[in-house]
Amino acid sequence: MTDSLYLAWRYIRFNRIKTITLITCISLITFLPFALKSLLAASEQQLMSRAFTTPLLVGAKGNSLDLVMNSLYFSKETPDFINMKATDKIANSNLAQPIPLYIRFHAKDYPIVGTSIDYFAFRKLQLASGRHFALLGECVIGADVAYLLQLKIGDSILSSPENLFDLAGTYPLKMTITGILENTNSADDKAIFVDLKTAWVIQGLGHGHQDIKTIKDPTAILNRSQNAVTTSEKIRQYSEINKNNLESFHFHGDPSIYPLTAIIAAPFDSKSATLLRGRFLSKNSNLQIVRPKEVIEELLANIFKIKNFFDAIVLIVAIAMILAVLLVFSLSLRLRQKEINTIFHLGCSRGTIAQLIAAEIFIIALFSGLLCWLALVILSHFQEEIVYKLFIS
Amino acid sequence: MVNIKSLVFSYGANNFRLEIPSLSIQSQEKIAIIGPSGSGKTSLLKLISGILLPQQGHISINKISVNLLPDASRRDFRITNIGFIFQDFELLDYLDALDNILHPYRISTSLKLTNETRDRANALAHELGIQNKLKQLSNTLSQGEQQRTAICRALLPKPKLILADEPTGNLDPSNKTKILEALFRCSDKNNATLIAVTHDHELLNHFDRVINFKDYCLPETDND
Repeated sequence: MTDSLYLAWRYIRFNRIKTITLITCISLITFLPFALKSLLAASEQQLMSRAFTTPLLVGAKGNSLDLVMNSLYFSKETPDFINMKATDKIANSNLAQPIPLYIRFHAKDYPIVGTSIDYFAFRKLQLASGRHFALLGECVIGADVAYLLQLKIGDSILSSPENLFDLAGTYPLKMTITGILENTNSADDKAIFVDLKTAWVIQGLGHGHQDIKTIKDPTAILNRSQNAVTTSEKIRQYSEINKNNLESFHFHGDPSIYPLTAIIAAPFDSKSATLLRGRFLSKNSNLQIVRPKEVIEELLANIFKIKNFFDAIVLIVAIAMILAVLLVFSLSLRLRQKEINTIFHLGCSRGTIAQLIAAEIFIIALFSGLLCWLALVILSHFQEEIVYKLFIS
Repeated sequence: MVNIKSLVFSYGANNFRLEIPSLSIQSQEKIAIIGPSGSGKTSLLKLISGILLPQQGHISINKISVNLLPDASRRDFRITNIGFIFQDFELLDYLDALDNILHPYRISTSLKLTNETRDRANALAHELGIQNKLKQLSNTLSQGEQQRTAICRALLPKPKLILADEPTGNLDPSNKTKILEALFRCSDKNNATLIAVTHDHELLNHFDRVINFKDYCLPETDND
């Protein structure tokens, strides 16, 4: 058998272009179903693990999937807004701990998660270095954000405007990094956490500027009355919050109607969970309460329906591929008739010819298997990223 | 050594017919077969080696009826007892010269490839002047070098019968005698019988006996 393998190897080396093409085709067709299976298993694991740890989610009535995907995985699709009154409603019910979320803005394509400090305890997020945010304008970043943007404690990161062409829109806010989270292999690794108030500052609901009481420049003050001061655009707005200007930051309007995208409700027990769900069943309410697990299960059911369709396609392609490979081998045998005749003329048996061909098939199958395995190893390395891009973001 | 009796072989489609009532070749004899193209010289070598089977008649080598052996035994007999130098060399493009020489050992369980075999292959290559070409792929060798490689392959298993189809056909005049002498030397060393088909009439005096094929065959078309 070793001689057959040696001769087969020499033949394969001599016809390397043909062999590489064949190996690539076989590897690809073998890789596809395994890759799909692996990606789906990873997506199921990623989606379900987070959904399982988030018992209830309160948000605006509408697409529950958008609500869950935005709140759990920080997807870019923002659900309709609710306001802080909903947080008070949950807190006053004494049935669950509310953790407000405002996930709307981004910095360098990473989501800015406006939340309360309770979020870290709820998700069991540990700091790898630094401390939690304490002041307005401070942020804590996920492990991937720190690694990919090469950021460290004390560095700053600028929020991105929502729309470059909207002059009246949000202005960038320079946020100071006070903490870096440990890696959790979850969406938290790719997020920037700020206090809710910082998120509202990014939106423009809160702002800081020069003290208008002490400004002497007449072109900066358009009108000054007993109750109000009207300023021109000459007044300098702060795009960074530091200890020198922190005092000047203030909010306008009623904080109870400030926007949120969702509230995680962590019920104290299963009875509380049931009662809380009942409180949000009213048809007149503009709020909905969902169990993320159910929403994700529904999503996965749809994904697996698509997977079955993919499996069928892959099966058909695989059959076509096997037939093509058989054709290639039979044509190759025809082309090699002279060589086979030589081997016969020398005195070789039919069994040895079969052994030679089997050795070639074995080597091609072995290399195809190795290439497929290598591709799967590479895939597993980037799996998390691919799953995030394909199914989450 | 080789006995042929009442041999009849024909290619049905080409109306080629070879008839040899009787032919006897002694052990260690060096026979040259000459004859016009298409007279069946190559066919005779293939019949003796068992590559072709006659419709009638009897071929025996060392009292073994080659044409009556079962297929597997006939192949086994051929690879261990007969060294065949093919007219078009029949080397494998994807093997280098050394691997072509060792090829019979890799495809037969009857021949064992040992270090001694490799040493012998190197010695043979040296004797035939291709010692520097052993690592070259056969399709990169000149015609003469390919022919010498084919001769080495045929001689390596120390066959008792060497069948050579135009063994000097692709060589320049100075090399023809050299190769033929080497072939004779190797067959003498192994006490082998040599049957060679040739068109080179100037080489005939090197052989013990010359068989003119026009006495045996009834060719109607060109087959060689």
